Amino acid sequence: MAQYEAVIGLEVHVELKTNTKIFCHSGTEFGADPNHHVCPVCLGLPGVLPVVNKKVVEHAIKAGLALNCQIAAFSKFDRKNYYYPDLPKNYQISQYDLPIAEHGCLEINVNGADKRIGITRVHMEEDAGKLVHQGTISTTPYSLVDYNRTGVPLIEIVSEPDMRSADEAVAYLEKLKAIIQYTGVSDCKMQEGSLRCDANISVRPVGQAELGTKAEIKNMNSFKALHKAVSYEIERQIEVLEDGEKVVQETRTWDEAQGETLSMRSKEEAHDYRYFPDPDLAPMVIARDWVEEIRAGLPELPDERRERFVSAYSLPEYDATVLTGTRELADYYEQCVELYNNPKLVSNWVMGDLARMMNISGQEIKNVRISPAQLAKMLELLDNGTISGKIAKTVFEEMFNTGKDPGQVIEEKELVQISDAGLIDKVVVEVIAANPKSVEDYRAGKEKAIGFLVGQVMKLTKGKANPGLVNELLKIKLDK
Amino acid sequence: MQLHYLTAHQLHDMLVSKQISAEELTRAVFDRIEQVEEKIRAYVTLTQERALNYARLVDKARLAGEALPLMAGIPVAIKDNMCTKGVRTTCASKILYNYIPPYNATVIERLNEARTVMVGKTNLDEFAMGSSCENSAFFTTCNPWDTNRVPGGSSGGSAAAVAAGETILALGSDTGGSIRQPASFCGVVGMKPTYGAVSRYGLVAYASSLDQIGPFARDVTDCAMLLNVICGHDPLDSTSVPYDVPDYTAFLTGDVKGVKIGVPREYMGEGIDPAVKEVIKKAIDVYTGLGVVVEETTLPHTEYALPAYYLIAPAEASSNLARYDGVRYGYRAKDAGDLVDMFMQTRSEGFGAEVKRRIMLGTYALSAGYYDAYYNKALKVRTLIKTDFDRAFEQFDLLLGPTAPVTSFKRGEKVDDPLQMYMVDICTLAVNLAGIPAISIPAGIVDNLPVGLQLIGRPFGEGDILRAAHAFEQNTDYHCKLPE
Repeated sequence: MAQYEAVIGLEVHVELKTNTKIFCHSGTEFGADPNHHVCPVCLGLPGVLPVVNKKVVEHAIKAGLALNCQIAAFSKFDRKNYYYPDLPKNYQISQYDLPIAEHGCLEINVNGADKRIGITRVHMEEDAGKLVHQGTISTTPYSLVDYNRTGVPLIEIVSEPDMRSADEAVAYLEKLKAIIQYTGVSDCKMQEGSLRCDANISVRPVGQAELGTKAEIKNMNSFKALHKAVSYEIERQIEVLEDGEKVVQETRTWDEAQGETLSMRSKEEAHDYRYFPDPDLAPMVIARDWVEEIRAGLPELPDERRERFVSAYSLPEYDATVLTGTRELADYYEQCVELYNNPKLVSNWVMGDLARMMNISGQEIKNVRISPAQLAKMLELLDNGTISGKIAKTVFEEMFNTGKDPGQVIEEKELVQISDAGLIDKVVVEVIAANPKSVEDYRAGKEKAIGFLVGQVMKLTKGKANPGLVNELLKIKLDK
Repeated sequence: MQLHYLTAHQLHDMLVSKQISAEELTRAVFDRIEQVEEKIRAYVTLTQERALNYARLVDKARLAGEALPLMAGIPVAIKDNMCTKGVRTTCASKILYNYIPPYNATVIERLNEARTVMVGKTNLDEFAMGSSCENSAFFTTCNPWDTNRVPGGSSGGSAAAVAAGETILALGSDTGGSIRQPASFCGVVGMKPTYGAVSRYGLVAYASSLDQIGPFARDVTDCAMLLNVICGHDPLDSTSVPYDVPDYTAFLTGDVKGVKIGVPREYMGEGIDPAVKEVIKKAIDVYTGLGVVVEETTLPHTEYALPAYYLIAPAEASSNLARYDGVRYGYRAKDAGDLVDMFMQTRSEGFGAEVKRRIMLGTYALSAGYYDAYYNKALKVRTLIKTDFDRAFEQFDLLLGPTAPVTSFKRGEKVDDPLQMYMVDICTLAVNLAGIPAISIPAGIVDNLPVGLQLIGRPFGEGDILRAAHAFEQNTDYHCKLPE
């Protein structure tokens, strides 16, 4: 059997975060009642005209710069003509031959190896609406149309066919998502559809320069789905070739339930979109100083930040990668470190207990109730012995659930560590008196017996006694 | 006194001096409509109650001593392809026969601010595609000069309404001559402003890069006054140009001495009716007599304007008219089997033959494999045509010629020959491709039918055009001629 190599390129649609739509003043908020965020312009009523939202262009430039693209000096909008009820004008305003940004790249790391993935272009376009069916599209007696999403700004980011595996495709999408999120131009929520991904996949025998026939895969709604769909499609195409047949150029859809890709339409059925410049929108001359202004306002991006976390905080590469995975998490971490300067300890808590609690509760970093300052304060109390490491975990959970200050939690739950030797000593005397057998065992050389006695002291002090001190005081008494 | 045949500036004086009320004026216009509309059929929709209410409000404000805009109380008719909130806007198409817009076009907002009174919505060739009003899905408007003849098009309803005294002023739209040609056929003043001078927001698009709204009036002064109301930048239209709109009436000085006018030989050559040519020659004599320097010039790519126009305009139209699919508003075919069937049946039944012809032409011109040969080449020709005008305006202040190669023709005469029909616009098309302003003014009568003189100006040179048009009017009386 010949060795095959997959060639993968991704087309990613990202919904831009703006208050109003790309060509009108309607709102963009997700989850409103159907046909609530609409106006004559986004409904495409007779006579209306689009006016481009400057924020959209700014966001697109920002994304382009973050992806190392060249920003066009001259750009324009074109009409993509096709009929569908979710598209009120029966054409989509998009960009064809003069996109806002081109020739970019990003770096991925798969199995320890760095790889650069080229970005062909970034272009702006308007989103379409949504059809609501009873059951499936083929069996529904009628469909309802919701135009809330119509005209929500999108950028489409097209990669070069530089990926060779499902792992690389996922790594690319993860990195792309992180970069876009860092720039703040989109939430990139795959579940809400603000990040959508199609894949162009072909296979060829290793060593062959010519590309194989590609299939376009749609409807992958999660990173997991992307991985499964790409893996499946690569296998499918290899099988087709192994059977001596040819791969058909077509669009296929990923069926999550069946775990397979299914043919949607062949090349012959493909639309002729009849692109032409939209005469309603004047071409844009993008001022260089505006681009430079946007560049100057770019935040530190994931790669730079990860490197800085390693060098400035002496964090292991792994910690730095996890902590810089999203801008919010990295911000959280840094705010905490600023107030409590023990980077590795903060990292352990953020990646450990905080991540665990977020996972359990399904919360995102921006929604957690415990603030970086509160976490820093708690770590300080741990450091100065006010609470023990064990109690700290209890305190942390309470803080996570209630948003209360550590001091308040400790007070309410009476969790202050007892470090008063006199107080502990009394309990030690009590425990020694009550457990003669263990005392005898210890004195007979069973040093482990002290553990039981320590436990008894802790029990009587409800876990608040300073464990070090308990040990010390017990030993003094027992060794007498 | 026949109020309905006075000019807006005359009526303004009478309104201000309280000789008449706006209500009386409105009633006079509707009385006239009552009298002649059966023969002319200029209107698709009349808005009498609304008009009288508007007029009464103007009267009330005037009596209360409020400062009123110049045009307050003046009746204006609107071509039925401009959106009027709450008033049916059909584009004379079956596909929009029941469409009531929820918003006003910007020009309607401006007319409302100016406190003018809308009389109704006028007939047109369906979606402004045509040169005779015969492509209206509803009925054909007749030329008030001879009801067996067409009023021209596509803004035939507006032109006929002004000519017949069924309104004082009107708005039309001009994509390839649709204001100027009917103005010429009906013996009224009609102007296509510079592309970008008047907002297109709310004008139902035919060919977006060519469409422009403009005024119809009985004389040049009225035209300038209406232009003052409708011109100016609109943030809702990104192709509208921010510029300082002058008071166009200030240009009407009568003094044209030393102005240089070029006469493109292409507009006086083959295909132009000799009688029309004679009228234009006499007009040239009038100008020469006023101290204007008139010389022959050339616009060498003129013959390519028509083919370029019939690729660019249909290409844009094929996309602009895609939205009429029966899903959201307008006509929807009954008993369609499925979605695609509904799209196809709705559009097959909803559009007329000429609209379908242009949609097909445009779809073809934009198709993969043909785009460069047709659409793209037409864009290049368009650039050449613009360059022709730029060169001519290096030498001349204005260009002059006939508005149309012929006078009004008989109904039915050209309906079976689209190409003959298209030829009626050969003198006007290039102006739209170049995006420059032009006017048609009454310049003579041939066989009891009016002939229009076209004056073409530099971009945003409306003032210069109006000055020259006004000077001609001051020295002739063709604009006073009325149909019998």
